[in-house]
Amino acid sequence: MAEERLKSATRILTQRGILIAFILFMVGFSVVSDRFMTPDNLQAVFRQAAIIGVMALGVTLVVICGNLDLSVGSLLSLSTVLVVDLHDKIGPISAIAVTLLAALAVGAVNGLLVGVARLNSLIVTLGMLSAIQGLTLIYTGGQNVDIQNQDTTWFAIFGRGAILGVPTQILIFVVLAVVMHVVLAHTPFGRRVYASGGNPTAAVFSGIRRGRVVLATYMISAFCTGIAAIILGSRVMGSQNNVGQGYELLVLSAVILGGTSLLGGSGSIAKTVIGVLILGFIQNGLLLLGFAYYVQWLVTWVVIILAVWLDIAAKRGRMFSPFA
Amino acid sequence: MNRTLRWLSRNPIWGFILLIFVFFSLANPFFFDLQNFENILVQTSTIGLIALGMTLVMINGNIDLSVGGIVALSASLVVDIQGWEVFAGWGDWQLVPAVAAALLAGVALGALNGLIVWWTGVDAFIVTLGAMLGIRGLVFVYTKEQSFYAANFAFSDFGSSNIGPLPTLAVVFLVCALLVHWLLSQTVHGRNTYAVGGNRQAAVNAGIRIGPHMMVNFIILGFLAALAGMTLASQMGASTPTLGQDYELWVITAVVLGGTKLTGGAGNIVGTLGGVLAIGILRNGMNLMQVPAFYVLVILGVILIAVLFLDRQLNRKGQEGYRL
Amino acid sequence: MTDRPTLTLSHIGKSFPGVRAIDDVSLDIHPGEVHALLGENGAGKSTLMKILAGMYQPDEGEITLDGARVVMRTPLEAKALGVVLIHQELSLVKELSVAENIYLGDLPRRSLGRVDWKTLYARVGDILKRLKCGFTPDTRVGDLSIANQQMVEIARVLTTTARVVIFDEPTASLTDAEKIVLFDIIRDLKAGGAAIIYISHRMDEIFTLSDRITVLRDGKHSGTLATTETNEDEVTRLMIGRSLDLTRRIEASTPGEVVLDVRGLSCGRLFQDVSFTVHAGEVVGFYGLIGAGRSEIAETLFGLRAPTAGTIRFRGEPVSIASPAHAISLGISLVPESRKEQGLVLELNCRDNITLATIDAMANGPFLSGSREAAVFEKYRERLRIKTPGWRQVVGNLSGGNQQKIVIGKWLATQPKLLILDEPTRGIDIGSKAEIHDLIRELARSGYAIIVISSEMPEVLKVSDRVIGMYHGRLMREFTAEEVTEDKLVQAISGIAEKKAASA
Repeated sequence: MAEERLKSATRILTQRGILIAFILFMVGFSVVSDRFMTPDNLQAVFRQAAIIGVMALGVTLVVICGNLDLSVGSLLSLSTVLVVDLHDKIGPISAIAVTLLAALAVGAVNGLLVGVARLNSLIVTLGMLSAIQGLTLIYTGGQNVDIQNQDTTWFAIFGRGAILGVPTQILIFVVLAVVMHVVLAHTPFGRRVYASGGNPTAAVFSGIRRGRVVLATYMISAFCTGIAAIILGSRVMGSQNNVGQGYELLVLSAVILGGTSLLGGSGSIAKTVIGVLILGFIQNGLLLLGFAYYVQWLVTWVVIILAVWLDIAAKRGRMFSPFA
Repeated sequence: MNRTLRWLSRNPIWGFILLIFVFFSLANPFFFDLQNFENILVQTSTIGLIALGMTLVMINGNIDLSVGGIVALSASLVVDIQGWEVFAGWGDWQLVPAVAAALLAGVALGALNGLIVWWTGVDAFIVTLGAMLGIRGLVFVYTKEQSFYAANFAFSDFGSSNIGPLPTLAVVFLVCALLVHWLLSQTVHGRNTYAVGGNRQAAVNAGIRIGPHMMVNFIILGFLAALAGMTLASQMGASTPTLGQDYELWVITAVVLGGTKLTGGAGNIVGTLGGVLAIGILRNGMNLMQVPAFYVLVILGVILIAVLFLDRQLNRKGQEGYRL
Repeated sequence: MTDRPTLTLSHIGKSFPGVRAIDDVSLDIHPGEVHALLGENGAGKSTLMKILAGMYQPDEGEITLDGARVVMRTPLEAKALGVVLIHQELSLVKELSVAENIYLGDLPRRSLGRVDWKTLYARVGDILKRLKCGFTPDTRVGDLSIANQQMVEIARVLTTTARVVIFDEPTASLTDAEKIVLFDIIRDLKAGGAAIIYISHRMDEIFTLSDRITVLRDGKHSGTLATTETNEDEVTRLMIGRSLDLTRRIEASTPGEVVLDVRGLSCGRLFQDVSFTVHAGEVVGFYGLIGAGRSEIAETLFGLRAPTAGTIRFRGEPVSIASPAHAISLGISLVPESRKEQGLVLELNCRDNITLATIDAMANGPFLSGSREAAVFEKYRERLRIKTPGWRQVVGNLSGGNQQKIVIGKWLATQPKLLILDEPTRGIDIGSKAEIHDLIRELARSGYAIIVISSEMPEVLKVSDRVIGMYHGRLMREFTAEEVTEDKLVQAISGIAEKKAASA
């Protein structure tokens, strides 16, 4: 009887391991640093995490559908550059519209190549990463771009402002997270995404038009990146043409950390939010403790592997792989 | 003639190389020049060395995203250690501990990646994704974000030296290519590499020990990445902490262009050489034609996707499959 | 055969959740004997052989090899003891050469870890010559035809001194010429003293090759006979014989209008020139061996394959079915052959799987209606008697029978006019089997047009109003329920009818 209880306790521990680790983290950090649990600090974490968070929401959809999207980093660069540059040329509203449309177009290309032509998503989005990076450079001619009237434009509200006391970026993240959650968990489309990722063959055999579902996931992911670009552009009011470099890996790390499987068919927005927050708190906590910003990468390395390992171990019922 | 055509359809990258070779030779007088060809070899040797090792890992059905970090770490180690006080009176022998440390680091990190994949069963993609972040963190911690400058002249001269008529770095690359090709085609370990990637269950049933096998290939890749880092540092006469960023993408692109399948089980060094050369010729040729570097990125991305597309079209056999 | 048996199986038993696959089977095989193993699908042949080859462990009983008790926990251990299984799932590495595959894991070495190509090719060259194979040792396996690939598998056997060689349906993809080579190999092995087990449905091969025949039925030993002392009819009876009232349907049905009319339908080499009709309220059963083309016909009707010739008329209208989504909208639904690979998303729960094909109808406006989904789930859970702790239960955790019921429920929810069921009770416990059979008859009574594809004779006979026998992609014979008998059906699908007609 006691043995059974121990077994089920271990199972709960490993299944909810990531959540528990997260809580332990928070407790640990707040014990070590008294600046950790202050409202100011928490707000700072959420603000920082907003951009990766918004992008991670879209990528979650792509991953649940069984694919990868490595092009989000360079898409962030392109979109930020676009919105910042066009802001002075055609006004903020049009700039935003054009940026989002451009992002959707990129998403559509990805979606068609992976969903309809059924090419491998790793290689396709790798190729797109390169191509979009090039496009960005061509557009800017290698120059940085910035916005002139930084203090007077209402565009600042996205990255620097607040609505009803809540920083806009956090609001956008939260609203988007809620919307995406509802779409994934409560619409026919969301169900199709899970099915297409969990068992593409069974999905097709059940009458799901898999190609269209994949196309939609990539377009939504690109749209999210577009929104993140608006926040980023608004925050910095300028952009280097490689500002998004490396983001695709941080975003993917957040999704993986949260517990969504790269194999597809499972996962959730809630999990990704936790993953994003874990990454954000690691960064924040270490900074507060006086570590240089790059120490978080070392910690993330260990945390990712541990998190996925525990997850896998729980599923297969043994700690070490059968080849060990 | 028939056999040549058949070989070309199996290794289409060389047909592509022929095409662009002829194109650039006609388009630009500076291209078809012995010195220029030597330049191409040297320029591509860094990515080329890593691609040799990546071929082994990918035929195994794995992938390694951390090679860029290993490049940076080994470059920093070799440049830093050669200038240490304790070796000041050693003359050129001060290079021995420096080179040894750099290569050891590559081997150790490769072994670490391989060990984690072996014991935990976590997918190589995730393991090396974490390592990519973490090793970069190690580099930053070690260098404290500083660039190092080579103290030893023999070291910095090495990068531009010649062995007989050829640049040393080109020779190093070609020798390594020959060695890895020999390994893959002539040794038991090399032949097993195809089995482990092509039909893992059959390999297990045949008694091949998968874990140690895969670890060996990760170690070889780590070694070659470290070697690449050293040759790069020699050419620059220095090391920077951001060295090698995005290298994994170029390497994977070269390997996939060369015909290695992402799913494992197929690929060869001749093909990888082709992929590396194709990228090298494209960059060199477009550079000579004064095409801005930005366009190269776009073209490379498009080519990668086009190759994937063609591969799918050519390999879709008969009517036996579902029209899904 | 007077010498001590090479291999003895004593009172072997094996159960899987809900299914008693093998029940007290004892068998012995002597050196130099070819022992045929027969039985219908589900009779337990595959399970028994997998136990022998070290893939499964028996729950009861023991295996004796050359007089000593052995336990084989992995295929590797079995191979080390000299027990080799050659089966349909080829374990070849396509990129490597024939020689490397044959000696996989055991390549002859030179110094520095190099492969000793000379020795390797010499050895393999000899083996290939013995097998009269038309290809060279350095040929890339991926370039060979399936039949030749099978030859490579067989060649593997000849590298070790095999004490027991098990052939599982080896001639499924061989031409007649290749079969002759195979039989020569078997005779060679026999002369060398190996004990050979030969599993097949093909009577002609069994009576040509074997010394003794053992028949399994429902996991039990049904009989062992000396080949020379028996004939096809007796063997067939041992395979099938069971009390009539479990196999015979009771009532006849009155078919309605023609729902499906197929004329001259072909799909490349998969099936040719198939013509049949299905009426509302009737069940048409398709019976035949694996590879006969039945599933492919179903997939073509469901839009998964494009026909290369022929016409399909559905409810009077000629149709060209472009995709599964299209088929569903027309009113055609397919319960697929492999529930795990094609029928279910194992990560999702019961409710999500049941509503998967009708997901749009579950929405109230843009959002899914929990109550509507719950209602659908409850409806089919009750009707099909699905045993699950609740709708949240992940489908991967259910028993085979309940999983299959979920799949059936999913397709019933689409309210099709034509329902196709491909192997609806494969790998399911007896209780669920009977329930599904009753369900099929009940659906027919309510007016559905139904096609059932099955490799289990009693099942086909029990549920069908008409039975179609297929062989090698051709429709051999069509029987009504009144005229069909087990013997005639077995003969139709094994090609015997062809032979008899030819010699008559």
